[in-house]
Amino acid sequence: MSASAATDPAAPRLALRGITKRYPAVLANDRIDLQVLPGQAHAVLGENGAGKSTLMKIVYGAVKPDEGQIRFNGQPVQIRNPQQARALGISMVFQHFSLFDTLTVAENVWLGLDKSLSLAEVTERIRSKASEYGLEIEPERPVHTLSVGEMQRVEIIRALLGEPQLLILDEPTSVLTPQAVDKLFEVLRLLVSQGCSLLYISHKLHEIRALCTACTVLRGGRVTGVCDPREESNASLSRMMIGAEPPPLQVHQRQPTAPVLSVRGLSLPKAEPFGVDLDRVSLQVRGGEVVGIAGVSGNGQRELMWALSGEDERAPEAGGQLLLHGQDIAGMGPGGRRRLGLHFVPEERLGRGAVPSMSLAHNLLLTRSESLGMAGWIRTGALAEQARGLIERFRVKAGGPQALAQSLSGGNLQKFIVGREIEARPKMLIVSQPTWGVDVGAAAQIRGEILALADAGCAVLVVSEELDELFEICDRLHVITKGRLSPGVARDQASVELIGEWMSGLWPEAAAEGHHAQA
Amino acid sequence: MLRLEPRPGASRLWTYASPLLAIALTVGLGVLIFLALDKDPVRALQMFFWEPLKSKYAIGELMVKATPLLLIALGLSLCFRSNVWNIGAEGQFVIGAVCAGGVALLASKDTGAWIVPALLLAGVLGGMAWAGLTALLRDRFNANEILVSLMLVYVAIMVLTYMVHGPWKDPAGFNFPQSKTFESVTKIPRLMSGSRANIGVMLALAGAVVLWIYLFRTRAGFAQQVGGLAPAAARYAGFSSRRALWVALLVSGGTAGLAGALEVAGPIGQLTPYVPAGYGFAAIIVAFVGRLHPGGMVLSAILMSMFYIGGELAQSRMGLPRSITGVFQGLLLFCLLACDTLVAYRLRWMPKGGR
Repeated sequence: MSASAATDPAAPRLALRGITKRYPAVLANDRIDLQVLPGQAHAVLGENGAGKSTLMKIVYGAVKPDEGQIRFNGQPVQIRNPQQARALGISMVFQHFSLFDTLTVAENVWLGLDKSLSLAEVTERIRSKASEYGLEIEPERPVHTLSVGEMQRVEIIRALLGEPQLLILDEPTSVLTPQAVDKLFEVLRLLVSQGCSLLYISHKLHEIRALCTACTVLRGGRVTGVCDPREESNASLSRMMIGAEPPPLQVHQRQPTAPVLSVRGLSLPKAEPFGVDLDRVSLQVRGGEVVGIAGVSGNGQRELMWALSGEDERAPEAGGQLLLHGQDIAGMGPGGRRRLGLHFVPEERLGRGAVPSMSLAHNLLLTRSESLGMAGWIRTGALAEQARGLIERFRVKAGGPQALAQSLSGGNLQKFIVGREIEARPKMLIVSQPTWGVDVGAAAQIRGEILALADAGCAVLVVSEELDELFEICDRLHVITKGRLSPGVARDQASVELIGEWMSGLWPEAAAEGHHAQA
Repeated sequence: MLRLEPRPGASRLWTYASPLLAIALTVGLGVLIFLALDKDPVRALQMFFWEPLKSKYAIGELMVKATPLLLIALGLSLCFRSNVWNIGAEGQFVIGAVCAGGVALLASKDTGAWIVPALLLAGVLGGMAWAGLTALLRDRFNANEILVSLMLVYVAIMVLTYMVHGPWKDPAGFNFPQSKTFESVTKIPRLMSGSRANIGVMLALAGAVVLWIYLFRTRAGFAQQVGGLAPAAARYAGFSSRRALWVALLVSGGTAGLAGALEVAGPIGQLTPYVPAGYGFAAIIVAFVGRLHPGGMVLSAILMSMFYIGGELAQSRMGLPRSITGVFQGLLLFCLLACDTLVAYRLRWMPKGGR
């Protein structure tokens, strides 16, 4: 199969010509051409802010382009809204699910359809679609009992019920285990073989290569390359995507020192109805060591981070022990732990790691106190200077110390927050999702900074959903599933298959412990 | 047709221009109301915007009314910035007045000048205690502070009514529900002769300066505001939300109590059922029209004070109904909230059929 359109006699399923969209501050799409053939899996590759989402919203009718032409099956069309897109045969599965927790699967799907069908008929159609594509789903189950992977299946079935000729998927694998990704790809390949076209948005190069036969690369709102991803290398793809290859990470051999953070048998009942109970979590991080926690989100990562950072105030009553340098820190709040050298980067940047409507300089005050004088007097000059230094050192693209946190892009704000904690020279750094939604360049920089900190003797704990990232920077890996933490495994003894298996809770000790519990 | 379009960021210009536009709209709507009532709108507007500034005495009266408004609004702005919705400043004002009145009633002909600071302190403590009730119920039982503080206003008025009908009723007062007139030694010192304005004005202005320093130059004030803007960030930083709740309510209760003390020991001079004049509610409008900023609130307190005086004048000289003051206050807040849309959105004229 060739990616070029010239050899194919049929009209392309979707053809975009000269699509341009201007926003007050940016040119989101600049004369973009894109062509998807019938039965083709077409990848749209690009960093955050490259214009992928805007382009997809234009195709799905959620955004109106300023200029350009859209042809669907050879016919020029004007897609005014998502309803019209669906009528044409275009469906979209969003990165963030739009499901109501308290309703069942069938009710959720029913809500999105026109009301000509009864709930029983919808249930029947879900069943038949599910069996047709091997998507296991029970239509009667309430959504809050589903795993994230199952919720995504609901979204996909909902999209498939519209009998789409073009299915748009926005970063669909970010919430899946490796095994679940394989399953998803089987479904998608089946769809493609039946003649449905895919537009697959991602920044994960190996996935694109495994699934797609054509690829359009965007950078800064423009097309920088059209290629067959199977014939390209990672290096050549990233060159098209970011204009350069990210510098290789400097991984040095380190000798771990004494234990810094010791967690022994930490148990904590969930604080929210849809939370996760932490069940006898044990873990140790030594100085100069990077320990990673893998796992699909929603398996207790948030709860564990709350307990470790001190944001969960119930820690004193929790079962188990929490030691920093041998000192019991269970009764301390975030401020006390920070004074002992434990710094934390949360996964939510806006609203937790930073106050959106405050300046970068003021956001320093959340965790840093160098610019305070007597009795908490804020020395504004020193504070601005401190922020300026941080912006420079970590190459944060911002309007200066007085720029509001919400005016920064996700990657730049993350650089600022990670920088704020790293520059405090912590003894223990905990980072949750260090590169979530961060572009490749910034991600490489953040990973490099984390490794440099470990080189300097700091103990580092990284929680991430990106296995590649964990394998790249961690010395030792744990897996978290349903509030339970697997034993650690050294990186050179771990494999993606092993970690994937552990994500289903199947680690050796689990079986043994289960027997104990039953005995 | 006209369409609202989100701005890329909040407009700095409209942050300041919105209150001005709101005032203009309020005046415009006021003119319509006066016309509908068959009154001369020019003369009516004169009552509101010229008469209160005409003479030294008039300006003194303006300050008399602006002082409690500003004091209460200062405390409330701290609450609102901390995301604590204290709607019951009126009740804290009343209890402050009752406590200060109780101390003032202790004075006799030969009491020393210490009685003035003592009664002011009693007012502050009374207001703090009343707001502390709300804080306690919210802290211990997670009771909604909007409802609790509002309900406590009516309880506070009952307390006042009981005192002036019962234990503190003036024996020589022909059975009127009021206390005896306070001794002259309890009178709050006046700023100048020929005007009723007293040192409360200085206290309120000093309060504005202190609040500005606290909010913008101290870590404690910073922490207080983070709790209001981003509770998760406050928790992450380790700032206590309980502390923020107590500080906000105690400070606002204290300033409202002080305003109550200044009022009974100043212009009123005795406890009567007419102590609650709505300052506690009007100060909510003052706080928002002043953008919760100490400087802005000084200006908005003066503006609201003009509405009070203008309303009284319009009532006595033009036969307009008493409720005209409330109508103006409500219109102003209403217009401000509407105009604030322009901070985050802009109006675009869209030709028909386009999108």
